[in-house]
Amino acid sequence: MMEAQALQLVESLLSFLGLWELLRGFIEPAWHVVWTVLKIFAIILPIMGGVAYYTLAERKVLGFMQVRPGPNRVGYWGLLQPVADGLKLLCKEIIIPTNSNKFLFLAAPVLALTPALAAWAVIPFDDGMILADVNAGLLYLLAMTSLGVYGIIIAGWASNSKYAFLGALRSAAQIVSYELAMGFALVCVLLAAQSMNMGDIVRGQQSEYGLFGWYWIPLFPMLVVYFIAGVAETNRAPFDMAEGESEIVAGFHVEYSGMGFALFFLAEYANMILIAALSSVMFLGGWLNPFQGWPVLGELTAWVPGLVWMLGKMSIFLFLFLWLRATFPRYRYDQLMRLGWKVFIPLTLVWVVVVATWMQTPWWLW
Amino acid sequence: MNFETVLFYLFAAVTVFAALRVITARNPLHAVLFLVLAFVSSAGIWMLLEAEFLAIALVLVYVGAVMVLFLFVVMMLDINIEQLRKGFWQWLPLGGLLAALIGVQMVWVLGADEISAGTTAVKHAADYSNTKELGRLIYTDYVYPFEIAAVLLLVAMVAAIALTLRKRRDTKRQDVNKQVKVRREDRVRIVSVPSARQVESVQEAAASNHGHTAD
Repeated sequence: MMEAQALQLVESLLSFLGLWELLRGFIEPAWHVVWTVLKIFAIILPIMGGVAYYTLAERKVLGFMQVRPGPNRVGYWGLLQPVADGLKLLCKEIIIPTNSNKFLFLAAPVLALTPALAAWAVIPFDDGMILADVNAGLLYLLAMTSLGVYGIIIAGWASNSKYAFLGALRSAAQIVSYELAMGFALVCVLLAAQSMNMGDIVRGQQSEYGLFGWYWIPLFPMLVVYFIAGVAETNRAPFDMAEGESEIVAGFHVEYSGMGFALFFLAEYANMILIAALSSVMFLGGWLNPFQGWPVLGELTAWVPGLVWMLGKMSIFLFLFLWLRATFPRYRYDQLMRLGWKVFIPLTLVWVVVVATWMQTPWWLW
Repeated sequence: MNFETVLFYLFAAVTVFAALRVITARNPLHAVLFLVLAFVSSAGIWMLLEAEFLAIALVLVYVGAVMVLFLFVVMMLDINIEQLRKGFWQWLPLGGLLAALIGVQMVWVLGADEISAGTTAVKHAADYSNTKELGRLIYTDYVYPFEIAAVLLLVAMVAAIALTLRKRRDTKRQDVNKQVKVRREDRVRIVSVPSARQVESVQEAAASNHGHTAD
């Protein structure tokens, strides 16, 4: 496979330089580890770039929706704005509050970012283009996304500040509540796919009917629930009570400056992109061509690589995030809790039974 | 010593260290975080045993949900550590007795011939899914114990809610049904106010206003 081919490439390159015999003993045994690290970089770096330019996209889209230009000073059409923002955050002083718990205060942003990135290990970008093709992929994802709350809750506590603490409490309660609805929506997906392997979930949606074979049709209510729960999980508008700048300044990260804040920012956006990737893998057929098997369009688009479809589907959901933010005012906290516990959880429970029953009948076409 | 053994000792050492710190940490929040660390490293040990379902379920349920609620509660408590330490020496014999009892039981169970003999863990093929196997066993051979456990949890949940729920008369609870059902006619009355009226002759207006001129 690619691993062996890459090793051969390295071999031919080094033998050209006359170094292969010298370094062989070091490279060959460690090659699997080196290759895995390379793959990790190939996932993480585009995510970081994606986060940077998603912030620009967010400001531009919000700008267009509110009939104003958005950032347009740094670089042509504001294209260098994320670079400028990153540099600014890097250069800023990191202020540690005197009465804070220093170790936890510094560990919290790391705890927020790590699960957000670790979850990407089981996301398939194309057929076989996956870091860890494990059978319990869906469970792993649920476990990783549920760990993100520690960063927030510890940040709020370690800051030793009222606003940060209130923000952390709000956020923790919100994330724990919406995780349940999210989990049940995923149960529907694994019922339909009969597998927890992310690659198999996509392959289960392959059919001769293109986009009509995907799970978004039988599981449409779950797609809606999953995406809204995802918006709530990532503390995005209209569910951004954890930040709620009109009441508690900036919520759990009010005491963070410079890179500490930047890490929280990265984690939030990496999580948003993750939710978009998951929604497209589980409901919109991941890397599959939407016109597969269609008379004319199918043949015309057969050459398009799966990665392009995957990224296209992700950008639909990413745009939805921004659209929601521009459209809706912030929810009230009791409304948020009601939506999670009294609307979403019963709905998902009912749909689990509906799908399970439906699958026993001959009318299950997926 | 292969890589797996190294990992096992690493996870085991971290688990034991974290578990000890849970009971020795002065700050209760640190104790909770060490408990989280203990759970995560035990999940690592389970993963080494190829029990990936149990390992991930441990992280998902205990670390991801239960311990978050623990943290939630502990963060809001004002715990006086001296108060907690007060009866330490008084209760030490009882605690020691319990610890010894648990230790003896564990040695008894784990050291039993039926368990130690003939269970040199057989490695399964790569396509063996213990998640599937677990599900099959739970819903066939062990369905009654499993259902009883589920009912037990449900009862505990209902009891916990019943214990903490108290009806208060003075809360301003919103009835969402009512809020949604509200129509415009219930809240707003549209009155047609003529914007301009023909002004009557000045004397007539003065005469009709006569009663109000006192102010």
